[in-house]
Amino acid sequence: MPLTKQEWLALEKKADELRRLSLDTNYWAGSGHIGGAMSIMDMLTVLYHRYLNLKKEDPDWEDRDRFIMSKGHAGIALAPVLVDYGWNDFEQLKTFNHSNSAMGIHLDANKVVGVDASTGSLGHGLSIALGTALAAKTLGKDYKTYCIMGDGELNEGSIWEAGMAAAHFKADNLISFVDRNECMIDGKTEDVMALEPLAEKWESFGFIVKEVDGHNIKELCQAIDFALENKGAPVMIIANTVKGAGIDIFEGDYRWHYGAMDQEMYEKAKASLEKYYAQRKARVEKEA
Amino acid sequence: MGLTFTAVDSTALSTAEYYGKALCELGEEHPEIVALTADLGKSTKIGMFGEQFPDRFFNVGIAEQNMFGVAAGMAKAGLVPFLSTFSTFASLRSADQLHSDICYQNIDCKVIATHSGTSFGQAGSTHHAICDLAVARSMPNLTLICPADGMETVNAVRAAYETPGPFYIRINRGFDRVVYPSSDYEFEIGKAITLNEGTDITVIACGSGVFQALTAAKFLENSDGLKVRVINMHTIKPIDREAVEKAVNDTRRIITVEDHNVKGGLGDAVASVMAELGKGCAFKKLGVQDEFAPIGLHEDIMSIIGIDSNGIIEAVREVMKKDFEEDDDWEDEV
Repeated sequence: MPLTKQEWLALEKKADELRRLSLDTNYWAGSGHIGGAMSIMDMLTVLYHRYLNLKKEDPDWEDRDRFIMSKGHAGIALAPVLVDYGWNDFEQLKTFNHSNSAMGIHLDANKVVGVDASTGSLGHGLSIALGTALAAKTLGKDYKTYCIMGDGELNEGSIWEAGMAAAHFKADNLISFVDRNECMIDGKTEDVMALEPLAEKWESFGFIVKEVDGHNIKELCQAIDFALENKGAPVMIIANTVKGAGIDIFEGDYRWHYGAMDQEMYEKAKASLEKYYAQRKARVEKEA
Repeated sequence: MGLTFTAVDSTALSTAEYYGKALCELGEEHPEIVALTADLGKSTKIGMFGEQFPDRFFNVGIAEQNMFGVAAGMAKAGLVPFLSTFSTFASLRSADQLHSDICYQNIDCKVIATHSGTSFGQAGSTHHAICDLAVARSMPNLTLICPADGMETVNAVRAAYETPGPFYIRINRGFDRVVYPSSDYEFEIGKAITLNEGTDITVIACGSGVFQALTAAKFLENSDGLKVRVINMHTIKPIDREAVEKAVNDTRRIITVEDHNVKGGLGDAVASVMAELGKGCAFKKLGVQDEFAPIGLHEDIMSIIGIDSNGIIEAVREVMKKDFEEDDDWEDEV
């Protein structure tokens, strides 16, 4: 279903709220993976507020759509989304990364409500997602599985094992994203371990590939709509993103994979997000 | 539940074939069971399940890491996956997935790892699994079983299905010497089985060591007049602390036998129980002595590394020579 202007604006508002909540969580935590959290927040917003078929009153509903966060270090993005969704207590965010908290860098599926898999060690998520997708076919269920991978973790061989198998088993109920922010801990992806030509790689593995601007909600929705209609092969959405998107002091800087910010930086970041939201709304006015 | 496997089968089937048969039987009763392998359907006999239930069988190709992750996803979605590959790959190649995807999430995945220990002897050290007990022992939530033979494998596989949580069961390639002529005996996870009563010394064994220990005990009774207690410690984790404690108190001499490196396996599991008891006990660990084993037929390797009956007999005689000071207060030692 095409995205209306009203729906688009509502998603922009939600994405802005979630970016702020993630930034706050990062501040309360003292440090965090702020860069990679900001790069996927539009994807998470679209998934949790437009596509994922979930029951708020029953987080473990067996027919729910699954979401596997393969880049597990972005827990500081997912936790605010799950709190905002009503599945975890808001106060928990204030304990993020604190000793003995239920919420830490990599979310524990047995401790945080709504997390479909505990991830953290990179390169695992696509296999797990393929498992839940194949289980749907085996059990005759219609639910979909969504998976977000970081681009850096595509260096892991296990990702390509999973890719080969997803195409082999024709897992067309599996919709995956690459958060293509081009950054990893030690530098730019193309300097540390080149990934390009990435779309061709996935295509050669048997995926149907869509490349989108990962910060354009309309484009993300169009790609997911396409994937939902698709039959016979898994879909890989390469979302071109900016690490730290919306926070000018972090944007595109691989050194902000993980970091701590002081009060001054926090205030600057908040101001930048405000400006960013205004730009995003202006784009909707122009493009809707 | 299910059929009782009998002695007629025991001469005809390899241990892995017992596993395959037991899994098919479980599969008939429980539609949520699925099976996965990494191009070793035939070798591990999990392919028997695939022939019977092709829609519930997934061969992921030679990609063990992916297999463990896929199984984890399936378990999260309500299926009960059984996974089979060789023990060395199950424990090392996909150790991270076993650790994070399966044990950490504490889900219902049952790893049945074949070709354990040195049972694929001629394939050499790349295919010997002498580290898997050590790796698996240190993974929280994981139940670790090393059955003595085919019948015990049947019981272990059934118990794994019936008990929630992750399991790692290591079985041998090929035929095992028969310890149990039938699967109709009391098998309980974490409960060791005393197969031979004895008061002079205790041999605690697992896997193929159990038959060898029994053979040694019978020989030593006739030739040396020794009463050797033989314990089948089929569950390495959680280990039966009570059986170890009783062996320490009753016999004060213990030998462990495992087809595995003596670092980190059954021997060390028994030793840590003994050490915590704080009571003196003569002790020797038989197994691969922290080196890579030679190639050869399994029975030859067992002989070379001293875990066959001859090796056990020799070790018993050696440990029996150790003197203990008379100490009336031994019962009170801490």
